[in-house]
Amino acid sequence: MIQERRAIGVPVIRAARFVLAHVPDLVMSGSKPRRELARQGEVLRTQLRAHLRSFRDAVAYPPHQVLIGNQVPELLYEFPRPWHMRPMDNAPAVGAAGMIIDQDSFYAWLARADTANLIVLDDAYAPRIAAGLEGVRVSTRDAAGLARAVSAGAEPFHCDGHDGDVRVAGVVLPGHEEDESLRAPVLLENLAAKVTGALALRRLRDEVAPHEPVDFLLGSGEEAVGDRYQRGGGNLAKAIGELAGVRTPGGADVKAFCAGPVHALILAGALIAAGVHRRVVVVGGGSLAKLGMKFRGHLTVDYPILEDVLAGMAIDVVADDGRSPELRLDAAMVHRIEDGGAGHHMYGALAQAPLRTLGLRLSDVDRFAVELHNPDITEPAGSGDVPGNNYTMLAALAARAGEITREQMPAFVRAHGLPGFSPTQGHIPSAIPYLPHAILGLTEGTMTRVQFIAKGSLFLGRMTGMSDGASILLERNAQFLRKGVTS
Amino acid sequence: MDLEEQGTIKRVVEGSERSRMVVLLGTPNKGSTTMIALTLTQGDPSYAGPLAGVPLGLPIHHILEPEVREAIPADVYAREIGPLEFVLDATGISAALKDVRAR
Repeated sequence: MIQERRAIGVPVIRAARFVLAHVPDLVMSGSKPRRELARQGEVLRTQLRAHLRSFRDAVAYPPHQVLIGNQVPELLYEFPRPWHMRPMDNAPAVGAAGMIIDQDSFYAWLARADTANLIVLDDAYAPRIAAGLEGVRVSTRDAAGLARAVSAGAEPFHCDGHDGDVRVAGVVLPGHEEDESLRAPVLLENLAAKVTGALALRRLRDEVAPHEPVDFLLGSGEEAVGDRYQRGGGNLAKAIGELAGVRTPGGADVKAFCAGPVHALILAGALIAAGVHRRVVVVGGGSLAKLGMKFRGHLTVDYPILEDVLAGMAIDVVADDGRSPELRLDAAMVHRIEDGGAGHHMYGALAQAPLRTLGLRLSDVDRFAVELHNPDITEPAGSGDVPGNNYTMLAALAARAGEITREQMPAFVRAHGLPGFSPTQGHIPSAIPYLPHAILGLTEGTMTRVQFIAKGSLFLGRMTGMSDGASILLERNAQFLRKGVTS
Repeated sequence: MDLEEQGTIKRVVEGSERSRMVVLLGTPNKGSTTMIALTLTQGDPSYAGPLAGVPLGLPIHHILEPEVREAIPADVYAREIGPLEFVLDATGISAALKDVRAR
């Protein structure tokens, strides 16, 4: 029988989950520490190790508690900074919006993720994580064997750097003798992204409609997966899905630097609206290269190394369920080639213009989610308070449009903005960490609409001087709104 | 301003007709305005870069100063600068420039 054409539907964002992997020993493998350690050696290594956080400290860190949904972002306004001085007593490692795992658990997942048999664990370390390795075939070698592998190009990963004698926990072997794209450090980066993305997807799948099949995965992380013939051409989405144990979806990757996830959400919404798929999950894994990226600033002001977590995320986009916030595709916006790259040009194009098409003002949006970098991470390195500066720009646009006076700008920022609480994991801070809070506010709370605005730095790849960006608008579900009125 | 930028500006100024040049700053605050204005008029105050001890003596203005604004068509100014007037400390920046000019 010939199938009827599927009806065009309203896409909704049903849930989002974030997973943090606290990996203090991998800070040394981040791009910046790695380069500086090569130049300065043991003195710097000792200094870095003295500034690493314990898992307990990472869990009790207020911004992390906000990210996994145990606290609301606004709480951070009440906490004097720096926030690592305000640990939260008895903070759990799991929350409604995600969880934080420790380094041993992460390494066990790394071994689980290794389909090419390139990970070799230290034979004394492997028993420590045996519980996480159940059903996994793992290669082990003694310390001397691992040292020989490292001298032949393997990339080590360590343990006990925070509270013991640091030692090699295992290595990743090179994927090919002559292929720059399959060098061991590259593979460790990509496996780290695969693991964190998969853990977020598992969390989402386990907690949200576990029996409802996922049709499609859109990878939106920044890692380049591929070999010498198509460096960066790979598809991490399906690899993430396989590791997460989901069987039904296909998948593909969307790349747009930091703005990737919001571009992917627009595409996911369009796939749902067009009836191509019924459930699309946007996924992204963490960025190992960015661990310790701003460590110099943190050492200068004697902070712990705050960039010691990898972040993974999974966002569930489905057809209208009568409750979840609607993704207004008619207000989805991308930064066009002809648009200017200055801050007010970007926000004019991405925030103000789509609202105007709906007859809305900036003041009609309950909250804006912009790049939500944690200012405790960025300020000591001279990068300023990223969300603070962006909200000031939005307030200035509102003032110029005559919605508010110049004197009302700080109040606008407080009422419509947010404190930054995201780790500086590239695509992760770009607005999406607010999704779990926005979904709650747009269903159980009193909010009507939230705009998510992401910016990306296309110029980083040396292919263009352009910036990029994308925005989406979430609104309280129309059906849910009617039910709320009548009941 | 990094050392490479100082070197570029020095080359440009020395290779062209100085009387036809003017410096137009877009610096975001008082401190950066003072530092760059001093560098491009009296020489690098930190004595670290190619402009150390090189007083270019160029006339210097900031995009947010009223006389600059008046010299630019209103629609162009609104499009290109727009809300930055509300974001940046225009009064402090103007005062910093006046201070440098008076030195």
